[in-house]
Amino acid sequence: MRLDERTVNVVVLLCLFALPAYAFLVDQPFTITLVTRAVILALAAVGLNIVLGIGGLVSFGHALFFGIGGYAMGILAYHAQTFTTLDIGPFSTNGTKLMPIIWLIAMTVSAIIAFLIGKLTLRTSGVYFIMITLAFAQMFYYFSISWSEYGGEDGLSIYVRNDFPGLNTLVPIQFFGICFMLLMAALYLTSRLQNSSFGLALNATRQSETRVASVGLNTMQLKLVAFVISGAITGLAGALFADLNRFVSPTMFSWQVSGELIVLIVIGGIGRLMGPVIGACVFVALEHSLGGVTPFWHVYLGAILLCIVLFARGGLLGLLTGKEGAHV
Amino acid sequence: MSSILIIEQILNGLQFGVMLFLMAAGLTLIFGVMGLINLAHGSLYMIGAFAAAWMAGATGSFLFGLVAALAAAALAGAIIEMVVIRRLYKAAHLDQVLATFALILIFSEGTRWVFGSFPLFLEIPDLLSGPVTLPGGIQYPVYRLTLIAIGLAIAVGLWALIEKTRIGVQIRAGADDREMIGALGVDISKLYTIIFALGAALAGLAGALVGAIQSVQVGMGEPVLILAFVVIVIGGIGSIRGAFVGSLLVGLTDTLGGVFLPEIFEVFMEPGAAQKSAAALASMSIYMLMGLVLIWRPTGLFGARS
Repeated sequence: MRLDERTVNVVVLLCLFALPAYAFLVDQPFTITLVTRAVILALAAVGLNIVLGIGGLVSFGHALFFGIGGYAMGILAYHAQTFTTLDIGPFSTNGTKLMPIIWLIAMTVSAIIAFLIGKLTLRTSGVYFIMITLAFAQMFYYFSISWSEYGGEDGLSIYVRNDFPGLNTLVPIQFFGICFMLLMAALYLTSRLQNSSFGLALNATRQSETRVASVGLNTMQLKLVAFVISGAITGLAGALFADLNRFVSPTMFSWQVSGELIVLIVIGGIGRLMGPVIGACVFVALEHSLGGVTPFWHVYLGAILLCIVLFARGGLLGLLTGKEGAHV
Repeated sequence: MSSILIIEQILNGLQFGVMLFLMAAGLTLIFGVMGLINLAHGSLYMIGAFAAAWMAGATGSFLFGLVAALAAAALAGAIIEMVVIRRLYKAAHLDQVLATFALILIFSEGTRWVFGSFPLFLEIPDLLSGPVTLPGGIQYPVYRLTLIAIGLAIAVGLWALIEKTRIGVQIRAGADDREMIGALGVDISKLYTIIFALGAALAGLAGALVGAIQSVQVGMGEPVLILAFVVIVIGGIGSIRGAFVGSLLVGLTDTLGGVFLPEIFEVFMEPGAAQKSAAALASMSIYMLMGLVLIWRPTGLFGARS
């Protein structure tokens, strides 16, 4: 059976919204938290999909931005909860517990670091790019371990979830609502981006960089802008993820996170708008159902992944709609 | 700071470097000849260490352990090459990354399933335990010195294999033009399996040798794998010579950075702050080294110029 991709997208979003609503009615807060986790991972993967799916840049270090978002939230909330001042050069602040400000800072810092790292890594391509993005993420991983001021290897606990004006974020369904709206915003941005002249040029760069350059476009700049936007979105997801767990630790920077984000996208369908969302839902569902059966569920995840790579190019969306995804 | 300490640390750095070389040589060979990026190389390192620990525990002989490590890693390498890797040579880098990432998941959890989560221990044989006195009155563990010797011997052996033997000619030809050597009648798929098994065996040997000074546990391969990536990026992907130089650079930078940066920082900072900033900087030093090399030469020290 071949389904229209747009129908699939709408159905997925409706389910994503209906499941927590149902769980709220029958009073199962755990299910809501589980879906919130999927939504946040989806947001992180939506960010990665911009460089990976549209731009064809295999960043194996997006945990870097996820972790930066997490630590931005952790550090600001830590200073707010301990009433200590945070001095950055001439500026001094007492931290904050306000989500919108935390998001803004998480995205700004991620974007700045994405700009600097992009400047350096985008000079390379292919395998070099994969390994260098991985290495930069590792650099931050080891740095966060040795940064004893903010918990070092043990990480930072934040006792109360941060505030959003007018909402009680400790109620699972309200926090879910916040995350869901942000995911919607990111999906809207991505769909606009995909059809903009910038998105088309970026897509063309993935297919043939030389041709794009020869019609007079600056491919380095295209890729750099994509990398910065992508880093900022993944950074935002990191801040939300830390808020969900009320905990941030060096594991958010770990290379497994980078790998899992790529896996999410590939399970769902690479370069497609809803690929990351479907992938994240399937991933969390697998983690929850298989993880309950056996502690060694990664073996099955590995086997499923291997089958997708070898036999089902285009991921689940590719299977459903009968079209292969973007070639990277 | 005494000269004895400096020499000791240089030896430690060399030992770390040559072990990294065993990993990096296989990775770079596999990439250079088959164009494959193999994340599962760290799993082969782990398999070598587990095989050695298990065999040495069962027979009481370290040497049997090493033989088991070589055999198990080479066998595992040959099997995954024939079952999975072979289908990936023509695939995009992303598919290679994903498939070998999947292999890591399977191998890591599979090993945890069989051996449990507790680390195993591999004893250094009596013959090689204890220190030896080097000229100049430096006490240094015999085992670490042996590791340096083994690493250098393998580097020379690998050079001879590639430059002086028939199979070495085929490997070099395969890296240059795989279709042409296929047309000349060389059985390419057999050649690829052999190269992959050779790289796997080197990784397994490294795992077993290092396993005797660290603990043998699931997940031990990945930190080394990532360092080996840094090594081959610095040296230039596909170049064995680059892997050797890169390994020693990374080994020395990492070891010496951890020891000497605090000392240097204390010159112009108060001790507490110096310790903290030096520790943070030391943990990032090899990545900074990589960044500098890439700014200077985007394809590594010995990489092909694009």
